[in-house]
Amino acid sequence: MNAVARHRLFWPAVTLAGLLLLNLVFTDHFFSVQMKDGHLYGSLVDIVRFGAPLILVATGMTLVIATGGIDLSVGSVVAISGALACLRISELGDQGSVGGVLAAVGVALALSLALGAWNGFLVAGAGIQPIIATLILMVAGRGLAQLVTDGQIITVNSAPYKLIGGGYWLTLPFGIVVVAAVLALTVFLTRRLALGLLIESVGGNAEASRLAGVRARGLIVTVYAFCALCAGVAGLMISSNVSSADGNNAGLWIELDAILAVVIGGTSLAGGRFSLGGTVLGALIIQTLTTTIYSIGVPPETTLLFKALVVTLVCLVQSPAFGRKAFHRRARPASPRPAPDEKVKVTA
Amino acid sequence: MSAALPAGRRGLPRKVPRKYVPVLVTAGLFAAMLVAGGLRYRGFADGQVVLNVFVDNAFLLVVAVGMTFVILTGGIDLSVGSVVALSTMISATLLTGHGWPAPAVIVLVLAIGAALGLAMGAIIHHFEIQPFIVTLAGMFLARGLCYTIGTESIPITDGTFTALAQTKVRLGGGLWVSPSVVVALVVVLAAAYVLHHTRLGRDVYAVGGGEQSALLMGLPVARTKIAVYTISGFCSALGGVLLSFYMLSGYGLHAVGMELDAIAAVVIGGTLLTGGSGYLLGTVLGVLVLGLIQTIISFEGTLSSWWTKIFIGLLLFAFILLQRLISARRG
Repeated sequence: MNAVARHRLFWPAVTLAGLLLLNLVFTDHFFSVQMKDGHLYGSLVDIVRFGAPLILVATGMTLVIATGGIDLSVGSVVAISGALACLRISELGDQGSVGGVLAAVGVALALSLALGAWNGFLVAGAGIQPIIATLILMVAGRGLAQLVTDGQIITVNSAPYKLIGGGYWLTLPFGIVVVAAVLALTVFLTRRLALGLLIESVGGNAEASRLAGVRARGLIVTVYAFCALCAGVAGLMISSNVSSADGNNAGLWIELDAILAVVIGGTSLAGGRFSLGGTVLGALIIQTLTTTIYSIGVPPETTLLFKALVVTLVCLVQSPAFGRKAFHRRARPASPRPAPDEKVKVTA
Repeated sequence: MSAALPAGRRGLPRKVPRKYVPVLVTAGLFAAMLVAGGLRYRGFADGQVVLNVFVDNAFLLVVAVGMTFVILTGGIDLSVGSVVALSTMISATLLTGHGWPAPAVIVLVLAIGAALGLAMGAIIHHFEIQPFIVTLAGMFLARGLCYTIGTESIPITDGTFTALAQTKVRLGGGLWVSPSVVVALVVVLAAAYVLHHTRLGRDVYAVGGGEQSALLMGLPVARTKIAVYTISGFCSALGGVLLSFYMLSGYGLHAVGMELDAIAAVVIGGTLLTGGSGYLLGTVLGVLVLGLIQTIISFEGTLSSWWTKIFIGLLLFAFILLQRLISARRG
């Protein structure tokens, strides 16, 4: 039991379970998932579906944070990618043509990759602090997105494009399929190959890992490019879901939610360690929180208050310093007891 | 590692220590922008145009002063924009809805801002959670409180507030500034005095230069860290009061993204985000440069508002690269 409680994902999992149970109290059949017209429906499916862009962005953010960096520009990349794709599609003669939509999506994702590589170059090549390097694109990128859309909201009417954010594939919402694929690929690359270890070593100490023969610079550029690519895909999802691109508001503050998701999931902002499972839990907590607030009838104006409360609680509970100080009296008498046992084991 | 070492620099007279170079570059840029604007646009080279930059950005100046303290210790405060909005909202509700007298409202708002900052600083220090996350939660909290108070814009009709909004402090020669500018300048002078002539100021630089070293030197690290967030909260609340003079309304969507403007102003002013190095004068110049960009874009007329963001991004890039070059040569 103690080992379970000490697992790094214990508190995030408890929070998520608590939120879901809270929903069950207020909404009947909250956990029921139904099959209608060959599509899955249900509150749980909706949480994952609406949380899909956040999970994607947070996945990329996890790897960036694991290298000891941070990427503030993802919100702007979300806006740019959605804006560019919608612009290209709106210029098509036939908005329903699959080839045209694929080309537009390709261009948007290529630009996202390039923007990410630019961030990576600033961090690894020019040696600028990550928070500042990405702040440049965060501020300028919002302007770029508005430049692409000319300050207007571009609406498109394209069935193939609608699939990305609003469609279904094999009974599942297509967004969930995309997220699952990206997550599976990321987990494979970082946990089955050495890539994850290398990323963690760069996050632990970039200079030391360079001396140990890790190509830290290339790795950092790759990670930022991957993060921007995830943000680009999320941007396509968000704009496709509403069939329009809004350079001003698309993906606004998603970088903060993504960073929160990563931190709630137990990944330290200091870098050197990361937990993709924790990040997914964190993103789901944030999305469930939003759903919960609507379902238990709290006025939507207080959403942010609840968010602040939950974030503070989760971060406090995970902070070792909080544990030491809040449970000072209980921890003291308990700690000397296990120590002799361990010693006995060692000598025996 | 980021401490500014006084040393000569090739190409510049020996008398200019390298630590002043970023501030001097910002000052040079500001002057160049003024000259370029004056040559390009009719009516730009007017004293009132420069003063209007102060009038339109007095609240940002106050907020950026608080941010400078936080950044000098190596921290960051993302909550400032929301605290500004919360201050306008509380002022408007109490003045218009409950008929409180203006001085009481101002004192209460400033106390709330300082208390929020104090709470965030205490959590950051005692529970060792990153400033980024704690102030992010503070940002959500303050913005959430705004919406809880009301989702509509509340007009301010109080006599004192409208009088302060419309008063012009004449400087002679047809030039004028608003009372907010006077308040902002007093804040700047007080902050400069605290940073450069008091023990707290030295502690701020020491903590930013190296928290561990500061601790080993016996400096009150805990008190300093909590103090800077309290100062930032107080400055944000004061910025909010100035913004309510400027807007004459309280609204939950006021000052969205102001934290970015404040951080950008501090960075353009040559303060290192790692802490320990920078000057308040730089922050003032940073705010002026940001304000002047907006003025130039409005004078240009044909450029859309989003070019402001692109220019600020480019400026940030140029300044950060410059800082890199300076610190690289130092090593």
